[in-house]
Amino acid sequence: MIIENSEVILSVKDLTAEVDGIEILKGLSLEIKAGEIHAIMGPNGSGKSTFSKVLTGHPAYKVTGGEVSFKGQNLFDLEPQDRAREGIFLSFQYPLEIPGVSNLDFLRVAYNSKQKHKGLEDLDVFDFDDLIREKLDIVKMNPAFLDRSVNEGFSGGEKKRNEILQMALLEPILGILDETDSGLDIDALRIVANGVNQLTRPDNAVLMITHYQRLLDYIVPDYIHVMEGGRIVTTGGKELALELEARGYDWITNEPVEVGAR
Amino acid sequence: MSLQVTNLEAELKEPMSLVSESDRTLYLAQLIAQRNPLVSAGWLQSVRDRAQNLLRDQALPSTRDEDWRFTDLSALYRTTFHPAPATTINASDLDAWTTADLPMRIVVINGVFSPQHSTLAALPSGITVQSLATAQESIQPYLSQQQGMNEVFTALNTASFTDGVVIRVGKNQVIETPIHLLFLAVADAAPASISPRALVIAETGSAATLIEEYGAIGEGTYWTNAVTEISLAENAQLHHTRTQRESATAFHIGKTAVVQSRDSRYSLTTLSIGSQISRHNPEIVLTGIQTETHLNGLTLAVQSQLSDTHSLIHFAQPHCIAKQLNKCIVNDRARAVFNGRIEVPKAAQQTNAAQLSRNLLLSSKARVDTKPQLEIVADDVKCAHGATVSQLEDEEIFYLQSRGLDRKSSCDLLVKGFAAEITEKVPVLELRSRLLTSILSLIRD
Repeated sequence: MIIENSEVILSVKDLTAEVDGIEILKGLSLEIKAGEIHAIMGPNGSGKSTFSKVLTGHPAYKVTGGEVSFKGQNLFDLEPQDRAREGIFLSFQYPLEIPGVSNLDFLRVAYNSKQKHKGLEDLDVFDFDDLIREKLDIVKMNPAFLDRSVNEGFSGGEKKRNEILQMALLEPILGILDETDSGLDIDALRIVANGVNQLTRPDNAVLMITHYQRLLDYIVPDYIHVMEGGRIVTTGGKELALELEARGYDWITNEPVEVGAR
Repeated sequence: MSLQVTNLEAELKEPMSLVSESDRTLYLAQLIAQRNPLVSAGWLQSVRDRAQNLLRDQALPSTRDEDWRFTDLSALYRTTFHPAPATTINASDLDAWTTADLPMRIVVINGVFSPQHSTLAALPSGITVQSLATAQESIQPYLSQQQGMNEVFTALNTASFTDGVVIRVGKNQVIETPIHLLFLAVADAAPASISPRALVIAETGSAATLIEEYGAIGEGTYWTNAVTEISLAENAQLHHTRTQRESATAFHIGKTAVVQSRDSRYSLTTLSIGSQISRHNPEIVLTGIQTETHLNGLTLAVQSQLSDTHSLIHFAQPHCIAKQLNKCIVNDRARAVFNGRIEVPKAAQQTNAAQLSRNLLLSSKARVDTKPQLEIVADDVKCAHGATVSQLEDEEIFYLQSRGLDRKSSCDLLVKGFAAEITEKVPVLELRSRLLTSILSLIRD
């Protein structure tokens, strides 16, 4: 929801970044305020996923210019784990499998590292168990998944649900969903979207990166940005998605557009 | 974890200064000459004498020997050892090595059975434990009879032991509580050689769990040259865990020689963590049909450690199953070696064997030499093998960091995950967590 005068959570100005010496982001600007849901759409290779990796501090992506502030502090001063602890969460496009580490242990370690950051006590095994069972319901996940190794042998849909489970547990200020909908059947998409919708609050924000308009039927954005060539080339409301669906990206990317962010 | 299959042939490097064959012959002769005498003469003395004869004029191996190609023992040969004296320890010395979950304890100190520190009163009926030095001649058909007893270090143990332990699980006895067999070295200033010996006889239809551990009290240099023989009668079952947590400056050479009769089931989980140079030879000989064997091994090698596992599974009869998973974690400049030999002669049709070697290298100087060695003559068998070498991937570490774990915790969690596949086979929870903790504490950034 768009709230008058709400706090700016993320402010990105003229961000440029490269990977393996190739410039991918070429002056990206964006502002996200508390309560808002933003979607970034765009063709393959436009830099959408790179943007999510840069925000979370992936070591392979090198920031070459611009500014990003998160809740008023310079994001680039923070290590990846500190960004997470401060409230940035990325739902991975391809969640990694970690054989030998139980999902439950992984979730508890992640939760407690955030607790520690906030100066709070670790949650013990029993209290954590109660907490996680409550969260499981948000993504309709079978408790049996807690005892399995992290993402190992999970289906695509199960992996994405597991990502949203982590988001539910870590309660981020900024949740970034990187193509969370890609490859999901409609039932899994509904569950995942419904989970995300339960997690939105007036004091947090969601940034969805997606290829498909379909996701936006389930998580309705306040703003849609179209990305092309490492920049945001147009921004509109939710109705923009329908136009993109009908006309594709070409009508935007073929016309020179002056605007960066909204 | 991204995996790649390695080319298993590594170059043969000639060490700078190999100890000459004549020096290695002399070294062995000196070890024999100075060994401690047996307390009791009689039949056991003749077993020792036979081994001594076998070793006459022999040399200890060098890297020119195929079986020792990757494991240079020069540092061992340059150390002068004296036979460890029989000694005692304080009860409190045992604390680090015992847990309430393992009440059935057999303690052997410097190769000598210690009734004082053992808890034989806790033994259920159906299992007997005795000192090898005083064992009846009736065990002779089991002692030093197996294939591979002529191998030089094994024969050296046979020629040198002064005592040991004989464990017999009676016919159809099912022993629920694990048997804790603890071999401790008392390491002091002068380098000592120790020859621990154990014989486990699992009679027909019996079932038991054995936790065999090697460690030290003190931090000195010593050499453990251990042999454990295990005989499984028809339909017997043994779950065996072997941990090697010797002191950091120790040398450890060990053999686990197992013979399985028909329908028997044997599982061995090994954890090799300690010693500057260590070598373990599990040798499983399957003499009967329809046996089942599981070998799971985890090696941790850090700093300048060298840890070598040479396993052998010898099939002889049809319808036998063997599964083997060997894992190595290598950090710093350390080196691990795995050679997994599986012999399937003509008679062993319908064999089902699988071997996998998985290795995690944590530094650019770490090294592993892994080699499957399948010798298959039978033509109706299922035998698979594979080897992987991997490292911690940035993507995996980043995934964990993005959930709030710092880099060190992320790496620890990944290593723990790699190790857990083996450690979770250890049947005692407390021991399992101690092993994991000690593995993680030995791995520095």
